[in-house]
Amino acid sequence: MPTLTYAQALNQALRQELRADPRVFIMGEDIGHHGGIFTVTKGLWEEFGGDRVRDTPISESGFVGLGIGAAIAGMRPVIELLFMDFALVAADQIVNQAAKLRYMAGGTVSIPITIRAQQGGGRGNGAQHSQSFESWFAQVPGLIVVAPSTPYDAKGLLTSAMRENNPVIFIEHKLLYFTRGEVPEAEYTIPIGKAEIKRAGSDITIVSYSRQLLLTLQAADELAQKGINAEVIDLRTIEPLDMETILESVQRTGRLLVVHEAHANCGLGAEIIARIYETAPHTLTVPARRLGAKHVPIPVAESLENAVLPQVSDIVAAVTAMM
Amino acid sequence: MTTDELADAYRQMFVIRKFEETIRDLYQQGKIRGSFHPCVGQEAVAVGACSALRRDDYMTCTYRGHGHAIAKGLSVRAAMAEMLGKATGCSQGKGGSMHFTDPSVGLLGANAIVAAGIPHAAGAALASQMQKQDHIALAFFGEGAVNQGVFHESLNLAVIWRLPLVLVCENNLYSEMTPSHETTSSVETYKRAAGYGMNAFQVDGNDVEAMHNAVREAAARARGGEGPTYIEAQTYRLWGHMMGDPEVYRTKEEVAQARTREPIVLLGEHLKTIGFDDDGLKKLESQAQDIISDALIFAQASPVPQPAEAFKDVFAA
Repeated sequence: MPTLTYAQALNQALRQELRADPRVFIMGEDIGHHGGIFTVTKGLWEEFGGDRVRDTPISESGFVGLGIGAAIAGMRPVIELLFMDFALVAADQIVNQAAKLRYMAGGTVSIPITIRAQQGGGRGNGAQHSQSFESWFAQVPGLIVVAPSTPYDAKGLLTSAMRENNPVIFIEHKLLYFTRGEVPEAEYTIPIGKAEIKRAGSDITIVSYSRQLLLTLQAADELAQKGINAEVIDLRTIEPLDMETILESVQRTGRLLVVHEAHANCGLGAEIIARIYETAPHTLTVPARRLGAKHVPIPVAESLENAVLPQVSDIVAAVTAMM
Repeated sequence: MTTDELADAYRQMFVIRKFEETIRDLYQQGKIRGSFHPCVGQEAVAVGACSALRRDDYMTCTYRGHGHAIAKGLSVRAAMAEMLGKATGCSQGKGGSMHFTDPSVGLLGANAIVAAGIPHAAGAALASQMQKQDHIALAFFGEGAVNQGVFHESLNLAVIWRLPLVLVCENNLYSEMTPSHETTSSVETYKRAAGYGMNAFQVDGNDVEAMHNAVREAAARARGGEGPTYIEAQTYRLWGHMMGDPEVYRTKEEVAQARTREPIVLLGEHLKTIGFDDDGLKKLESQAQDIISDALIFAQASPVPQPAEAFKDVFAA
């Protein structure tokens, strides 16, 4: 099986879907002639032309809105936002419009739109280019939120997202684009709403996603050397949340730690822990915990950024303290 | 427009007028909840423009959009039931006054966020262009919308991509409760559109035939691949911004003056010069009243939605 980067896996998913479905088209800044600032759309303009691979002006609200209108009228747009931070510029169109128009119309319209954007820090890009908004979007009824961590999951989930007849926020990470993994050449889908146990274990359930999933697996290796056997669950989909997989795991391990890069305050970890306590508090042998970014804007200097974003050592320390 | 078309327009405007009056009465009786932004005085913009569109052309409109929606072809029964929060409403009671939608007549939605529907119409125009169809799209918005960022973004996109789009700015001189000239750097909003490089002009929005002709021409241009047109329709809002608006921002004299050239009066006067008499007009008005009465009976007799319905229609299958 070929080994591809995360960016190449996304490229393959886009290319295969553009070939298969004439209603699919992509829009975004620098995605056409330039091939995308992270190379995700490389070669697509050359193959499909400027009608289906559209370079947009810097008008996030405008072109997300255009995508919504085009989706209602029969097309299947895949819209790229250069940075998830820029989703705020289009927040009305994402939250007030895409998520709600179908419901407010009593189900008479549908909005098959995929919005792709990369999140996260770790490269010193600064507070306005490093944020993680998955829990904000997860709180909006009407949005599906997906965040793959591997090239294999990225291709399968993007294909599923593009075939989903509802708005999907597809979350990538700037530090995942050049990670590598095996990816089948043929097209395939991964079901939305299904988490995956990426590492089986018995002492603690660690739930994570996106780039922090990789850091969590590293932490799990270190913990194994200390005799702690961690089970690592990759959510893959943020909303709808696969609590069944999490609950089944915690029933076996008795311990839960959620790790995400988004700020801990009001993050997805809080939601997962609330649900465990609502439905199965008896499964926990120690209080559940969550790790996220500290509650400050994300700074640029490496020493500062590392003090704010969860590190492998933070995950190891948190787990050790729960044993 | 032919005499028959003008008679239809008169009846249609009267339907809208009676609809708004009925809603106001129901509101005052406490039978309607939520928002109501009446379009009284602006009926010719909606009826004139929509009469020049095909049923399968797309349209988005504003929260002052009962007239737009009915003129585009939304069932008056479904509109009335939606206002009364009934299961037979066009949105099954989920959308209310500000979100009338009916894709079967090209009505892609009214919107509660000022200017938000403009890119939706542009996107529908893009879809038509990409699918090599000859639908066009029309976006209604008020002159308040021309100060929103997404208005500018949408106009730029419509020009660079040569979209089959008609933009109709309903300039009723007041943005909510503030005179627009106090908050808008160029009150002749068509000049802003012209600055983006599109065909843009003003028209008397209270003259239903002038509206019809302007939109007919713009639609033909759009269908012919010549890109977007901006029509600034000058009109006047006879009632307040919404129910309960004390209207302290304008004088009663100004409103009374505007009433003398409101669109139904103007068209009635015109019809009398081309063969209609008072009886003829009364017949049209009576037909309009029948439509409203029927809609009200239907809506009042309809059931309220079951609570379980609140959990449906978030997602498509």
